[in-house]
Amino acid sequence: MEILKTYKLYIGGQFPRTESGRSYQIQSAAGQAIANACLGSKKDIRNAVQAARKAQTGWVNKSAFNRSQIIYRIAEMLESRKVQFIDELMLMGQTEQSAVEEVQLSIDRLVYYAGWADKYQALSSSVNPVSSSHFNFSVPEPMGVVGVVACQKTALLGLISQTIPLLVGGNTVVVIANTLKALSAISFAEVLATSDVPGGVVNILTGDVAEMLPTLAGHMDVNALSLSTIPEDLSRSAQEAAIDNLKRCQLYHLDFSAPQNQGLQFITDFLEIKTTWHPIEQVASGIGGY
Amino acid sequence: MQPNQHLKLQEILAQVPPIDQIGSLERVAKIQSRSLKGPTKLHGLRMALSMIDLTTLEGKDTPAKVRQLCYKAQHLHVTSPELPTVAAICVYPTMVGIAKKALENSKIKVAAVSTAFPSGQAPFEVKKIDTLYAIENGADEIDMVISRGHFLAGEYSYVFDEIAAIKALCGTARLKVIFETGELDSLDQVRRISDIAIAAGADFIKTSTGKIQPAATFPVVLTMLGAIKDHHDRTGQMIGMKPAGGISSAKIALQHLLIVKEVLGEAWLTNEWYRFGASSLANDLLMQYQKQLTGKYQSASYFSID
Repeated sequence: MEILKTYKLYIGGQFPRTESGRSYQIQSAAGQAIANACLGSKKDIRNAVQAARKAQTGWVNKSAFNRSQIIYRIAEMLESRKVQFIDELMLMGQTEQSAVEEVQLSIDRLVYYAGWADKYQALSSSVNPVSSSHFNFSVPEPMGVVGVVACQKTALLGLISQTIPLLVGGNTVVVIANTLKALSAISFAEVLATSDVPGGVVNILTGDVAEMLPTLAGHMDVNALSLSTIPEDLSRSAQEAAIDNLKRCQLYHLDFSAPQNQGLQFITDFLEIKTTWHPIEQVASGIGGY
Repeated sequence: MQPNQHLKLQEILAQVPPIDQIGSLERVAKIQSRSLKGPTKLHGLRMALSMIDLTTLEGKDTPAKVRQLCYKAQHLHVTSPELPTVAAICVYPTMVGIAKKALENSKIKVAAVSTAFPSGQAPFEVKKIDTLYAIENGADEIDMVISRGHFLAGEYSYVFDEIAAIKALCGTARLKVIFETGELDSLDQVRRISDIAIAAGADFIKTSTGKIQPAATFPVVLTMLGAIKDHHDRTGQMIGMKPAGGISSAKIALQHLLIVKEVLGEAWLTNEWYRFGASSLANDLLMQYQKQLTGKYQSASYFSID
């Protein structure tokens, strides 16, 4: 007898059932039930944001090199489970060729962003000329907790292309996965759980975007939103709900398989620039001095 | 100890009922499965805020930190002036004078922990000086710790006498007796010390210092409330209750209120008879309150730390 696997949510490094106890069926392209997934709720969003907030300080305080290593480790783990991901993509309706391509591209993208973790700071910071006795410099800092609605067209590549640059920059994320193709997202959570990513740094929820997004967008402890390929009305209402704490909203309507859709800008999209005025002593002028 | 008092203690110890641990756990589980919604929740959150003993008991406490906490006690959240203030500030005896001055224009009480808090490991003479110092500086309430070492060694009369002696020093100040239930091992022990403390003159009984885990667990609280109820049934006298330690979320606080209402009834649902010893609880209550008003989950960034 074949029993459908029930995929759980991924919150705080654990795989809990949804607080609401609801589930929905994920169907193959042929309309056959292939798995059960959790139909996430408001309270799951709340729990995920809490986990992400708790993990954020620890994550940003890891050394840049260490973050790089961890992201590289995700790539390695994905590589070793490549066959499973290809099978799942094919089950959800992709041709073998496109499934192989998407998984390969996903792995490449992880390796690509792993390389950025100790380089983006140098490229997005500056020493600024000012006409007073200050050493003035600007450095990037993560925004904090970012809510992500993953690409609803691709199952795996969009999720990785949106999420990983945020991790590179020191943010933690709460992701609402592709509703119809949730299989890859939760399998990817299993990859994350086994690749040294601290619990809470990435949280992945499955379910109805229209139901969960308003809560995520209105949550005062979420600092930014990354929205991809969702209907116009949903995106508009999310941006309205985001006003209260001035969340930064990035809307992507991109084909993430295109090579130009990876790069530094996807990291800096979720960074804040902090400028510091550091007083310096003018010994020669005779004003300062000890 | 006076001979008649000795008899009294013997009588009390003989009457201490055994505690049904399984029954306690089941009752607690049933109450925990309930949840307050809407206006009832709002009311509960406000009530819980008004019952807080806002606490700072750190070696690193400074006068400025205490003054900051006193300000917070009076102005919980600037955008919600309709909120009550907390019930009291709870500090070390050395900080009583500072807190008293900072709160002189409010009705907020100042509670001082006493008798060599938190361990209670000091000669009785020292505990006396400790208490008197707090009283002389204007403490409205004294939170004393019992001598757990003596209690666990079976020297119940020593514990009884100590509580009675401190009570005598308190004058008009109300006495809370801290059991540190995390060190007492069983619910039967909790019930025994509850009966001893009440008989010795405690105005409040309090679970923990907040320095030891586990602290105010629900079965322990239920057991202590049982002792208060039995005493009230017997004598008509009300005794206050103060769970402390580990009550950091609004959800837990509301469940505590449910238990009190179930066991003791409405009369205890006021800060005259019920307190929460907590430091981080206030902010979670405030965040839940705002969530209830706005429908949006809140962020700690928008609430003052102290």
